[in-house]
Amino acid sequence: MRGLSKSFGGVRAVSDVSFAVAPGEMLALIGPNGAGKSTLFNMVGGQLPPDGGSVLLGGDAITGLGPRAIARRGVGRTFQVTATFGSMTVRENVQMAILAHHGEVWRFWRPAAERHRAAADALLAQVGLAAQADRATGVLAYGDLKRLELAIALGNAPRLLLMDEPTAGMAPAERVGLMHLTRHLATERGLAVLFTEHDMDVVFDVSDRILVLDRGALIAEGDGPAIRADPAVRRVYLGTGATSGGH
Amino acid sequence: MDSVLPQLLTGLATASSLFLVASGLTIIFGVTRIVNFSHGSLTMLGAYIGWSILTRLPRDPAWFALGILLTALATALIGVLIERVVLRRVYRAPELFQLLATFGVVLIVQDATLWLWGAVELPLPRPRWLRGFVEVAGGRFPFYDLVLIAIGPVVLGLLWLVMNRTRWGTLVRAATLDREMVAALGVDQRRLFTSVFALGAGLAGLGGALSLPNASANLGIDLSVITDAFVVVVVGGLGSLPGAFVASLLIGILQAFGIVLVPKITLVLVFLVMAVVLVFRPNGLMGRPQAEAREAALAAPVVRAAPPALRWLGAVALVLAVLAPFGAGDYYLTVLTDACVAILFATSLHFMMGPGGMASFGHAAWFGIGAYAAGLLLHWAGAPMPLGLLAAPVAAGIVAALFGWFVVRLSGVYLSMLTLAFAQIAWAVSFQWVEVTGGDNGLLGVWPPDWARSPRVTYWIALALSVGVALLLRRALYAPYGYALRAARDSAARAQSIGLDVARLRLVALVIAGAACGLGGAIFSYGKGGVFPTYISIPHSVEALLMVLLGGLQTVAGPIVGALVYTGLADLLVRSTDLWRLVLGAVIVLLVTAFPEGIAGAARRLWLRGREA
Repeated sequence: MRGLSKSFGGVRAVSDVSFAVAPGEMLALIGPNGAGKSTLFNMVGGQLPPDGGSVLLGGDAITGLGPRAIARRGVGRTFQVTATFGSMTVRENVQMAILAHHGEVWRFWRPAAERHRAAADALLAQVGLAAQADRATGVLAYGDLKRLELAIALGNAPRLLLMDEPTAGMAPAERVGLMHLTRHLATERGLAVLFTEHDMDVVFDVSDRILVLDRGALIAEGDGPAIRADPAVRRVYLGTGATSGGH
Repeated sequence: MDSVLPQLLTGLATASSLFLVASGLTIIFGVTRIVNFSHGSLTMLGAYIGWSILTRLPRDPAWFALGILLTALATALIGVLIERVVLRRVYRAPELFQLLATFGVVLIVQDATLWLWGAVELPLPRPRWLRGFVEVAGGRFPFYDLVLIAIGPVVLGLLWLVMNRTRWGTLVRAATLDREMVAALGVDQRRLFTSVFALGAGLAGLGGALSLPNASANLGIDLSVITDAFVVVVVGGLGSLPGAFVASLLIGILQAFGIVLVPKITLVLVFLVMAVVLVFRPNGLMGRPQAEAREAALAAPVVRAAPPALRWLGAVALVLAVLAPFGAGDYYLTVLTDACVAILFATSLHFMMGPGGMASFGHAAWFGIGAYAAGLLLHWAGAPMPLGLLAAPVAAGIVAALFGWFVVRLSGVYLSMLTLAFAQIAWAVSFQWVEVTGGDNGLLGVWPPDWARSPRVTYWIALALSVGVALLLRRALYAPYGYALRAARDSAARAQSIGLDVARLRLVALVIAGAACGLGGAIFSYGKGGVFPTYISIPHSVEALLMVLLGGLQTVAGPIVGALVYTGLADLLVRSTDLWRLVLGAVIVLLVTAFPEGIAGAARRLWLRGREA
C-alpha cells in the first residue's frame, strides 16, 4: 500500500498511509475507535475506492478495482459479522469457494455436489471442522462459523487474507485458538495476513508486526516489544498527553 | 408552441391525481414496509363511493367538495378495516406473503364492486360549473383541471405540515427511518400503523373521487392506478413524499407530451424514464437505501436432493401422465395440457425467485411475450409450430435480458415492483397496438399443424416440453451455476468476496426463467388456438406466485406440486361459481393470515411439535 488516502466530506479518514505485508507474515492493524482501520481495510478489499495512493499485489496495481475483481486476483477476506451461505452445508460452502476459484461457476450440467469434495474436506480438516461437514451453517456455534469463514476464504487460494475483527464476539480461549490456526496456515501456505483486532493479548501473541493507526495516520510500526515501548502508542492508548483527549 | 402550454397543464393535472394516490402508497410503505397492492382498489372504491354520494347531492361546488371529503373518509374507514382484519396479521410474515395478502384484497374488492355496482361504467353527470373553461394564454383550458393542479401542491403542503408540525407526524417520520427504534421507544405500533393506513387509504379514495369528473367509475381502475402509483413511488424513492411529488410531475408531464408526440409508445417511454432514473439513482430520486436486515433474517434451510422414494413417485407419476390420454376424455386432456403449461410457469418463476432470490410480480410478462412471439410469427409470416416453439423462448429470453440489465442490481422490493410495472406495460402494448396484436380480440387461429391438432398429441407435446424443461432447470440448480446463484442470494457480500459476479448470476437466472416461461406461453397458445392480452394480466402473474407458494419455495419439486394442485383447484372453482375471484381472494387472505410463515413453514412447525409431544 502506498500513500493511501480517503476523505469523507472534508474529514480525512485515512491520510497517506503506506505499508507492506510479506508472504507468510501476520500483520496486525490496531488503533482506537475511529482511527480509520475499517476505511483502510475497505480500500484494500475494494469496498471503497481510495482518493489517492495505490494498492499493489505482487507488483500489480489493484487500486480501485471492485471487491469481486480484487477477490479474483487473490485477496480473500472474512467479515466482522459472519456471512456464510445459509442454504448450504458446511462442506458445500467451501466447495462453492473452490468452484469459484477454479472458474467453474458457469456450468449448468454436471452436479456440483461431488466436485472438489476431497479438497473441501481437506480444508475443513485443516480448520478443525471435518466432523461438521454435513451440517447446516445455521446450527454452527459462533466460533465454528468463524472457522468456516476462514475455510471459505482459503478455498479461493488467496495470496493476501484480510480479516476484519476476526475474533469479535468469541470467548477468549476460542480467540487464541482461531488466531493460532491462522498463524499456522499463514506460515504453511506463505499467506500474507492483514487483520484488525481489539484484543491486545491476541495481537501481541500472534502478529509478526503491528501497525498503529490514529486519526487516519500511521503513528507506529514494528514488532510487539517495539510497539509496547513506543511513546506515541502509549500516548494514544493510555491517554497521557493531549493526543487523544483533544475533543 | 401553441400546443405546449395546454399539454403542460394537462400533464400537471394528471400529476396531481397521481400524487394523491402515490403519496398514500409511499406513506404506508414508509411506516409499515408493506407494498400495498390493494391501494389501487381503494382508489377504485373511492371512485364508486364518490359516484354514489355525488349523484345524490345537489350539484354545486360546495356540496361537491363535501361529497369528495365524505368519500375520502369512507375509504379511510375501509382502509382501517383492511388493516385490522388482514395486514395486522402479516407484518412479521415474509414480504411476499404481505404482497399476496394485499392481492387477495384486490380480488375480493373486484368482485364485491362488481356485485354492488354492476359491470357498467358509471360516468358522473357533470353540472355546468364542472364543464367550464378558463382562458389561459389565449387558449381555452378546462376549469376542473386547474382545480386539480392546485390540489396537488395543497395536499403536499398539508401533509408536510402534519408530518413536521405534529407529534403524530414526527412518529411517522421516525418510523419511516427506523421502525425498530420507534418500537423500542415504547410507541404503540398498532395505533400508529392503523392511523397511517387510514391516512393512506383516505388519500387513495380522494384521488379516486377527484378523478370522477374527468373519467368514470370502472372496474379497471384498480390495476391501472396501482401500476402508475408503483412507477411514481419507485421513481420518487420508496417512503419519500417530496420524491412522490416530483416523480408525479415527471411522469404526468411525460405522459401528457408522450400522447401527443409518440402516442403508441407512451407507456414504454414511462418505463424507460423509470429505468434511467434507477440506473443512476437505484433508490429513486429522493429515496434512501433499504435496510438489509430483513433479507438476512430470512435464513433458508439447507437444500438437499430429494430422497429416492420421491424420485420413484415422480417416475410413476410421469408414466401415468404419458398414459393418461388412453384413459381421459378430451376435456380432461385440455386440463392436463393446462397443467403441463402451469408446471413450466411455476418452475420458471421458482428458478428466479427461490434460488435466485428475485420475487417477481409480473411473471406473466414472459409468458405473454412467448405467446405473442409464436402468434405473431404465425399470423404475419406463416411460421409453423416448431419455429414458433423455438422463437418463443428466444424472444422472451432476449427481452428478459434487456429488462434484467436494468433491474438485477436493485434491492428486493424495487425489483418486485418493477417486474409488475413491466408486465403492465407489456400488457398495455398488447392491448393498445391493435394493428399488430389485434388488441383485445387477440390473435386467432394460432393452431398447431394438422398432425399435432388432436388434444392427445397437443398434450403429449406439452408434457414432453414441460417435463423436459423442468428437468433441465432442476439440473442447472444442482450444477455449480445453481449453487453460485444460491450463494449470491444467501450472502451477496460473501459471494463477491470469493469472486462471484452476483449481478451476472442473477441476470442469467432471469433470462433462463423468462425463456422457459415464454415457451410455456407458446405451448398454451397453440393449445387454445389464440393469443390474448389476458395472458399478461396481473391476475395471471399472481397465479404463478400462488403455485410456487402453495408448493413451497425451498424444494425443487415444490413448484411442480403447486402447479398441479392449483390447476385442479382453479378448474373446480371456475366451474362451480361466478364469484371465483372473491372466493380465491378470500382463500389467499385466509391462507396467508392463518399461516404467516408459509404453508411449508406451518407444516414444519406442526411436524416439530408432533415430535416433541
